[in-house]
Formats: sequence, C-alpha cells, structure tokens
Amino acid sequence: MSAPLQINPNVKNIQQVQNEKLARLAEQIKEDIRRGSIKSFKEVIDVSWGNPHNGGLKPQTFVRQVLAACVYPELLDSEQLEADVKQRAQKLLMCVGGSIGSYTNTAGIPEVVQGITEFISRRDGGVPCHPENIFISSGSQWCLSNILRVLVNTKALLPTAVLSPVPCHPTMMLSLTAEGVIPVPYHLCEEEGWALKGEELQRALQSAHGVCNPVALYVINPGNPAGLVQSRASIQEIIRFVYERRLFLLADEVYQDCVCGADSQFISYKQVLVEMGPPYSDSVELASFHSASKGMMGECGLRGGYVELVNVDPAVMEYIYMLFSMDICASLSGQMAIDLMTNPPQPDEPSYPLYWQEKEEIRRTLVHNARKAIEAVNLLVGFSCQPVHGGAFMFPRVNLPLRAIQSAQEAGLPPDMFYCMRLLEEVGLLVSPGCDYQQEKGTYHIRICIMVQEEILDELLRRLKIFHTKFMKEFS
Amino acid sequence: MSQQAANGDRCRAKVLTVETMNPNVKRVEYAVRGPIVQRAVQLEKELKQGAKKPFTEVIKANIGDAHAMGQKPITFFRQVLALCAYPALLEEEKFPEDAKQRARRILAACGGHSIGAYSASQGIECIRQDVSRYIEKRDGGIPSNPDNIYLSTGASDAIVTMLKLLVCGEGRQRTGVMISIPQYPLYSAALADLAAVQINYYLDEDKSWSLDVAELRRSLNAAREHCNPRVLCIINPGNPTGQVQSRQCIEDVIRFAKEERLFLMADEVYQDNVYAEGCKFHSFKKVLFEMGPEYSSTVEMASFHSTSKCFMGECGFRGGYMEVINMDPAVKAQLIKLVSVRLCPPVPGQALMDLVVNPPQPDEPSYTTFVKEKTAVLAALAEKASITEQAFNTMPGFTCNPVQGAMYTFPRISIPQKAIDKAKELGQVPDMFYCMKLLEEEGICLVPGSGFGQRDGTFHFRMTILPPTEKLKIVLQRIKDFHLRFTQEFS
Repeated sequence: MSAPLQINPNVKNIQQVQNEKLARLAEQIKEDIRRGSIKSFKEVIDVSWGNPHNGGLKPQTFVRQVLAACVYPELLDSEQLEADVKQRAQKLLMCVGGSIGSYTNTAGIPEVVQGITEFISRRDGGVPCHPENIFISSGSQWCLSNILRVLVNTKALLPTAVLSPVPCHPTMMLSLTAEGVIPVPYHLCEEEGWALKGEELQRALQSAHGVCNPVALYVINPGNPAGLVQSRASIQEIIRFVYERRLFLLADEVYQDCVCGADSQFISYKQVLVEMGPPYSDSVELASFHSASKGMMGECGLRGGYVELVNVDPAVMEYIYMLFSMDICASLSGQMAIDLMTNPPQPDEPSYPLYWQEKEEIRRTLVHNARKAIEAVNLLVGFSCQPVHGGAFMFPRVNLPLRAIQSAQEAGLPPDMFYCMRLLEEVGLLVSPGCDYQQEKGTYHIRICIMVQEEILDELLRRLKIFHTKFMKEFS
Repeated sequence: MSQQAANGDRCRAKVLTVETMNPNVKRVEYAVRGPIVQRAVQLEKELKQGAKKPFTEVIKANIGDAHAMGQKPITFFRQVLALCAYPALLEEEKFPEDAKQRARRILAACGGHSIGAYSASQGIECIRQDVSRYIEKRDGGIPSNPDNIYLSTGASDAIVTMLKLLVCGEGRQRTGVMISIPQYPLYSAALADLAAVQINYYLDEDKSWSLDVAELRRSLNAAREHCNPRVLCIINPGNPTGQVQSRQCIEDVIRFAKEERLFLMADEVYQDNVYAEGCKFHSFKKVLFEMGPEYSSTVEMASFHSTSKCFMGECGFRGGYMEVINMDPAVKAQLIKLVSVRLCPPVPGQALMDLVVNPPQPDEPSYTTFVKEKTAVLAALAEKASITEQAFNTMPGFTCNPVQGAMYTFPRISIPQKAIDKAKELGQVPDMFYCMKLLEEEGICLVPGSGFGQRDGTFHFRMTILPPTEKLKIVLQRIKDFHLRFTQEFS
C-alpha cells in the first residue's frame, strides 16, 4: 500500500539532511541533562539554524505591540500602547474587515502589498514596483516552491534544472528536489571570499548540455552560508549572463538587511536590472524573494515572505496566481510581519526612538559578532574562515586531520558531520555540517549562525576553542 | 545586421511561457478563488470608487470565512495569543490567570521564549502532545502517539503534503485518488498539479448526499483499467454537501479501504459543526479502532483538522494538524523530509491549535465565558443552517438537502433550457452563467456547483451559511427574487 516503493520519487530523492540527526541528538542530550546527567555544559547552544530569537535576540517591541493589538483589539484601549501602535493596528484591522482570523486576498492584504511596492521603490532609488507582481506567502521558501513548480516541465525531453550555488543552504535543495528539479551546481570561489565567477557559471551551464535543461539561475545575495555581498559589477555580470543564456533569474535576497562588511552595500537585482536599461530591463525574467524571518526582525516563526516578479509573461502570471490561491492566503501573522518590516515607524512617530534603538543594537551585534567570530576562528589552527560581509552565518573551513577523516569513514559519517557530532556531545554546541550545503570535494566546513546575543557568541567561541584544540590533538 | 539584432528574436523570447511552463499547473483550477471571486473583488473596487450598482455591497458567501461574516473570535484564545505575541502583557492584571498560564507554557516551548523562533518542522513537541491527548479524549481513550501528529499551515498544507507523498507511477501505474463528487476543489486542484488520476465517486443527492459503498466499488473498478488506485479521500462533515456520515457508513468505508488496500484520507475539519438532530460526528480513527485489531492494525490513514472552522473560525492563523495511523516507519521518514521543505508551520497557528485542543476546564476562571461563546457560535450556525435549508426548500426552482453539518448549503437549481443555450453561446457552464448574473445583479457571490463537481445535467451552487442571520434572510430573499426573474427571462 504505502510501502517505500510506492512513494513519489521526488520525495525519495530528497537527501536526508545530517542536521536532522544532530537535532535529534541535541534533544536527547537536553533530556539527559533534565534528568540530572552531568556534563561539561548546562545547556546546549543551538546555532545550527538562522533562528535569531532562539539565539537570544529580542523581537522588536513595535512589531509585537501591533501584533498583540491586532490579535486582541481590546488592547486598543490600553494606556500602555503608543498612539502609532494603535493607529497601525486599527489600520490593519480595518484592512482585514475587523479580524485577523479572516482569510485575505490570495496575494495578500492589498494595502500591505501596496506598502511592499513602496518599500521596494524607496529601496531601489525610485524604480517603480507594481502591486500585481507581488505575492505574499507563509515564508519566502513557499513562494520559491510555487515559482519552481511553474518552471518545472515534466513533459520536456530533458529534466528541468536550476543552476544553484555551492555552497547553498539545504532548504533550497529540498525545495528543488521536491519539485522534481535537478540542481546544476556552480561553485563559489572560497579563496576570493566566496565570489561568484562568470567562467564558473559558464562551465556549470556547459556541464548540463545534453543531460538536463537549465531554465533558471538561483543566486543568494547576501549569501547563505557564504557571507558574500555582491558588488554592482557582479550583479550586472549575472544579469548579462542570464540574458544571453536565456535563464530565469531567481534572486534570494532575504538577508538584504544583514550587511555587516564596512565596505559592503546591498543593491537589489531589480534596481541593477532596471538601471541597465533595455534590452535587459524589459526582458530578463526575475523573481526576487524577501522575508520577515531575517534582518533586524528575525520573525521566523511568524512565517512571512514575499516574491516580486519582474517581466514575467502575463499569461503565466495567471497560473502563478492560481497556484498561490490553492494555499488560500499567507498567514495573517506573516502578512503583518511583512507590513511592519516594509513600513516601520517613521522619525516623527512616538515608537520611533525605541524602534531605532532596538534595530541598531541588533545591527551592532551582527557587525560585532561577524568581526569577533572570524578573528577567533581564524586563530584556531586548522580553521580558515572567509570574511562575512553579509548574511547571518559564518562558514569556516576546517582542515580535518587524516586520522579524523578515517575515523569518520569508519563510523559511516561524512567527516564534518563526525566533527559536529563530537562537538555537540563534548561541549554542547550544535552547528550544522558543511556536507548539508554541498561543498568542494575534499573540503569540510561548519556553519554557525552569528545572529545571536553577544554573550552567547562569546560562550560558543569558548566552547569551540576548547573542543577544537582537543580534537585536533586527538587526531593529529 | 548586428549580432544583437540577429539574435533579437531569440533573446527577446521569454524563458517562461505558457508553452514552456509546467503543463500540470495549466490544469489547476480552484473554484473557491476562481473567476467569479475575481469579478466580485472587481465589483467591490468599483463600489468603493463610487460606481452605481443595484446593490451597495458585495456579499461574499463563497468562502468558509466566519470572521469575515461577523462571527466573533473566542476571547480566551485571543487573550493567550496576545500574551504570546507581546509577553510584557503577562504583567497586566486585565488578563486572567489561566490565559497567562497557557501563554507561559507555550512560550517556554519556543526557542528564546519567542513565537518568532522557528519550531521543529513537525511542530512544537508539547503542542503535539496536547493534540494527542485531545484526540484520546475525543475518541474515548483510544491511544494517540504525538509522533504521529504533524502540525501544519492549515489542513490544506497537510492534505497537499500527503497527496504529494503518495502520488507516483507512470502511465497505467499512475496513482489514482478517489474523491467524492461533489468535493472541495483543493483536492482536484492538487491532483491536477501532481498529475495524479482523479477517481470520482458520486454522493447520492437523493439520499442526503450519503455515500454508498456500491458506488465506491463501481468507480474503483472502472478506474483500475487506467490507473493504480491507492488513496481514498473523504470529507466528513462534507464540503460542499454538509452531510454527516453515519457510523455505519464510516465502517463500510473502512472495510472497503481495507479490502481494496487504499490509504484513507479523512478530512474532518468540520468535526464540531454538526447541527441536525440524529446526526453525530464519528471520527474515522475511533470507528477504525472499535472495529477491532483486524482493521485498526492494518488500515493506513491520515485524518486532518484545522483552526479555520468549527467554533473558532480562525482562518487567518493557518493552524492545522494531521494524525497518521499505521504509517510504515520508512514512509514516515520520507514524510518528515517533505515537511521540512516548509521549515515549520506558523507558530501563532500552532499556539492556537494548542488552545483548541486544550481549552479552559470547568475549574478555570475563563471557563464560563468560553463555554458561553462556543455554544453561542455553534447555536447561531445551527440556526442559520436550518433557516437556509428551509428557505431553499420553499423556493420554486430549488431543492436543498438538509445541512447536517459544515458551513455550506449546496442547493440544486433548475436552469431553463434557453439559459443553458445562452451560457453555451458565451462559452460558460450554465451554473457559472447563473452565478455571474446573480453577482452582477444582486452583488451576491456564490460558487457554481461546476467548481465542485456534480452529476451531468444537474446544476448547483455553494453558498455559505455564515452571514449574520438578518443579512442571511435578506440574501435568501434576493436569491429567490433573482431566480424568479432569471427563470422568466429565459422561459
């Protein structure tokens, strides 16, 4: 009946993520500690996901006050809430007909969608943005899945493929495989700060010839797990590439608000595309993704993301609308989070000072953590880490001794997974292994989320140093 | 000629066109949000801009959205969720102690004590445990394992996930999925999207939309010629039909599923919405287990629930779960991979589901108000179900089966031949033509029966019973008047 043989092959093809095993082990360890087991640590530090609140960063007060007032409108009479909180909640409630328990339009609350277009336009130096090109969903990955679903053509001669970076966060790989899309890897250049190279894209595309049909190029900017932030020139190069090679451009820009490199600046693919003018600006098909899970809000659990579609065939847009309508609408918590992200308090509003303070504190934490963590890790023998210019992670390379690699093989584990398991068991630090991200063969990495409280970063670096020193000694 | 000009046509052709896109997606239709709703939204816009119409508002009786029609949320639920959203409120006296306790417990289970942290993909563990306990209580003590509970983004997410998991095979081996006609069109949309084979079994309109095993057998045998039937979907209480299946019927379906080795998908999102006398909700799981180990240890099943319906009506929170029963552990391992693609369901929706399965108890301060509100909501729905059914059954040109449960009425309408011909001329199916005209003339948005499936030659529409009672009566009157005019116009 539902024996393993009779399961959707796309699902069967989804690679088991090693991180899952680590997460289960972490739960076991936490349970052991609860039951009184003595370890060298009192709690597990989990920096394996990009989950800022889990890492001790606080939600923005304004966001939570508005959310609470929308959830329980009796709070609109409360003296504890500022006038702008109440106004915003009232406006949102009016837009949804009085209750956030209602469904909304498929693409999202029209006023919120309008707010997104204004945000995008402001961000992109005035470049226009049209509401009918925006779809809000319960997370940016959900939007991505819907777009992939439209792109995949199961009836074509060759299987549909998407060029995707190495390294790349595993959720993208899951999404591709689940939709029956083949990833065609292009390697970011680690030695050059994970730079995206045109020749490498060419090579990747060539490799697909006769094997599969690449229809899109997926880029992550700022990167995940790689901490690169693309320059304008690099973005232009990509746009020219997709134009000449006839590829749909999928731009994952969810970390656009997480730029920590002093000389780095986020420029959106849309802005560069439009500024390049015709023929690029009116023909390159682009999907750009953003999310309320990242940035200074870090509201992962509220599940809010959106996609802006540029130059997509209007006939296809109707089908895209149909797919989104099957989900009925994005969660209201997600839509509200997106609204508050794209339309934050203004300088003349009462909530602004606190909002500004909280946001800047998180930004300072990110910048501080990026610098401190890279310095600390690069001091450890066997580690080398590229600078983190943006995103929420560091992805240091660890040169594992041969004996460690052999032990790992004996245990039937990828070497970096072996390292991560030992790291978790011995010092209670949960990171994710590079094998989950694809990486250059023979190289090993770990990914650590650095969007955490500074105290937590200090502690995790302390534990990492202790463990790593011992590990390298043991296996040298 | 320049290189660019020479390449001109090639370069300017789009990558993603109707020809190159996923052919399966082209077959997807979802009537509840289809063209008629788009037109209704358009009309609303025009009204807002001051356009003059024969109506002053568009009444959207097309979608099961209770709050949109004025139903009030349950106070306790909203209090706890507000406390979870902004925990500083835990210091405020205005919130009752039991609400604070629930909020603290939920927050303690969240990373960083925040509903903004990702949870595990399967859902927060203590909430899954609470769901299990609720199911056990509901089903008279039959055990439920939290490992078998998957929280989801509304029931729709879980339903699509299960179908996605199960659909495979090529050509004549392609998975066939049995679904009732009429059905909730998420199923047909998902099946089209997955290129699964849809196997229709007809509910019996003459017998209050009941399910007959002989019909299941007929449709299955016919389907075996061209596909590999592996799944049987049933919606109970029914959507759009509102029937509440008898215990006997549920047993028959389970027996049938066992004989034919079908995976049962039991959509039970309306389980609290039962109105008719003599009708009772029987959970598929309970009946399965009461049929003894021959069935309870072999029949594979998933049952679905949601926070969008029942007495909560909290559609916007997108809360839901599924419980899987007798699923092979190897298949479960595949399921969790698929569930991971979404990262996790919205945490506020998970929290809300926790409150639904763990409501105020008799010894708690919020109990009295909670029970009062819940009873009032369900009583109002029952009254409206009755009003609607009676109204349609006294209108010439309509017959309406009893609205035993759920939130809809699905009356059969008689459409004159001339109207059928006119519809054909316009390239519309007759009940779409009827509903479009009703929308344009009266501002009432319903969904034509063709969107749900119906026997050839019959026409229906689905109307929710959700508008406030007085408005509902007005809507019914206007439908009656419209129908008279329509019949006369096309006689």
